[in-house]
Amino acid sequence: MTDLAAAGEPAKPSRRAILDWLLGLSGVGTALAILYPVLHFVFPPARPKGRSKGAVLAGRASELPPGTGRVFPLGAKPAILVHTPEGKWRAFSARCTHLSCTVRYREDLGMLWCACHDGRFDLTGKNVGGPPPRPLPEHSVVIKGDEVYVTETELG
Amino acid sequence: MALERVWSWLDERAGSEALGHLLSAKVVPNHRYSFFYYLGGMALFLLAIQLGTGLLLLLYYEPGVSTAYESVKRLSSEIPFGWLVRSIHRWSADIFIGVLALHMLTTFFMKAYRRPRELTWLTGVGAFGLALGFGFSGYLLPWDEIAFFATSVGTAVAGSMPFVGQALLHLLRGGEDVTGATLARFFALHVVVLPFAALALLGVHLLLVQKHGMSVPPGLAESGRPRPFFPDFLLRDLAGWTLALALLAALAALAPAELGPKANPFASAPPEIKPEWYFYAPFQQLKWIPAHVGPFEGDAVGALGFLILGLLFTLVPFLDRKAARGERSPAFTAAGIAVFAYLATLTCYVWLH
Repeated sequence: MTDLAAAGEPAKPSRRAILDWLLGLSGVGTALAILYPVLHFVFPPARPKGRSKGAVLAGRASELPPGTGRVFPLGAKPAILVHTPEGKWRAFSARCTHLSCTVRYREDLGMLWCACHDGRFDLTGKNVGGPPPRPLPEHSVVIKGDEVYVTETELG
Repeated sequence: MALERVWSWLDERAGSEALGHLLSAKVVPNHRYSFFYYLGGMALFLLAIQLGTGLLLLLYYEPGVSTAYESVKRLSSEIPFGWLVRSIHRWSADIFIGVLALHMLTTFFMKAYRRPRELTWLTGVGAFGLALGFGFSGYLLPWDEIAFFATSVGTAVAGSMPFVGQALLHLLRGGEDVTGATLARFFALHVVVLPFAALALLGVHLLLVQKHGMSVPPGLAESGRPRPFFPDFLLRDLAGWTLALALLAALAALAPAELGPKANPFASAPPEIKPEWYFYAPFQQLKWIPAHVGPFEGDAVGALGFLILGLLFTLVPFLDRKAARGERSPAFTAAGIAVFAYLATLTCYVWLH
C-alpha cells in the first residue's frame, strides 16, 4: 500500500483508518444518544398556563378603602387590586415588567412600586420611573355588592 | 520507630516518599508582595469549612416547598448548635467569596496569569464562577421571602439575555416561575453538581500551581531567599486559619444567620430586599440602567455588559501580550484599577444605603 502510494497511485484509506473513522462515528453517536435524552430531561415540558378560569374574588370593597391595594393570586400568578384615591377600582398583573418581582401599592407615592430595583408604575399601570421597560398588563374588575372580582384579561 | 515503619509501609505501596520530596522542595518567593500568596491557602481553608458545615446542615435540611423553611427554622432554633453551624456556613461563604476575589485581584495585578500560567488563571476564574454559583444557589435553600425574590430576580436577569435567555430561565427555574422545581434544582446544584465541579477544577488548579510554582511579578526584585513551604509557610498559613476560625466564631455568635418570613409567591417583594454583598454591584447597576438603551431593554444591556466584562477578564492572559513576554503592562493595570474602582464604588453605595 505504501509502495503504491509512493509510486503515484491514489492513496486508499487503510483498513485501520476506516475502522478508526467508524469507531469515532460510533463514539459521536453514543455521545449524542446520551446527550439528547439528558437535554430533553432537564428542560421540563410547559405546564398548562395556570390562567384563572373566569372571575376570581380579589377582595371585599369594605376592606379596601380608597388609596389602598392588595396582592392576590390570579391563577398561578400574583395580581394586584387597587382602590385608587379617586375611588376607581383597577387590577393589574403584580409582576414587575423589569425582573418579575412582585409590586406593591405605596400610599405615600400613590403608585405601584417594586422594591427590587425601585420601579414605579402609575395607577393606570404605566411605567413612570426606574428600570421597568413596559406597563403592567391590566385585568378587568367587576364589583358585585361588597365583592370585587377580577378577570384575567389584558386590556393594557 | 513505629511511625517510620508506617511511613515505609506506605512508601512501598503508595510512593509517599515522593510526596515528602515534593514538600521539602516546594518554596515560596520572598518579595514585598509575598503576603498575597497566603490568600489561596485561606480560600482553601474556608472551602473546607464550607464542606464541613455543609455536610452537617445536610443532616437536617429537607428540600421541598413545604419542608425547606420549616427544617431551617428547626435547625436554627431546636437543634443543639444548629444556629452556630448555619451561621458559620453563611459567614464563611461571604468571607470565602471576598478572599477568592482578593486572591484573583492580586493575581491579576501581579500579572501571575502570564505565560505559562494561563491554565492556572482559567481554572481559578472558573472556580470563582462556581463560588458565585454556590452563593446564588445556596441563597434560595432556606425558602424565605428574600431568598424567593432574590432568585426570581437573579434568574430573570439570566432570562433577559438575548437568544438563549428564555431557555436558560426555564433550565434554571425548572419551569416558567420560581417554584418547588426551582428549589429541587438549586439544591442538587448546591450540594452535588457544584461541589464535584469545584473539587475537580480546584484539583487541576492546585496541580498547576505545584507544577509552575508561585509567580513573581515582572520587574520585581526578590528580597531574600525563597521561603520553604514546609514547615515555614504552612505554619504561617495555620496561624491565619486559626485567626479566621476565631473570626467566624465571633461573627456567628454576634450576628447569627437570619431567617425571614416564609416565601410566599403571592406577597409583594419586601422593601429591604438586597442580594448578598458580592452581587451588590450588578444589583445597583440594574437599578440605575434606564428602561431602554437604544432599541434594547436596559436589563439585557446591563446583563450583557457584565457578561462581556467577565469574558474579557477571563481571557486577559491572551490579551495582555506584554505580560506574556515578561514585560510590564501598565495599560492592563490601569484598566483593572478602573473596573475594580467602579465595582467597589457600586458595592459601597449599596452598603451605605
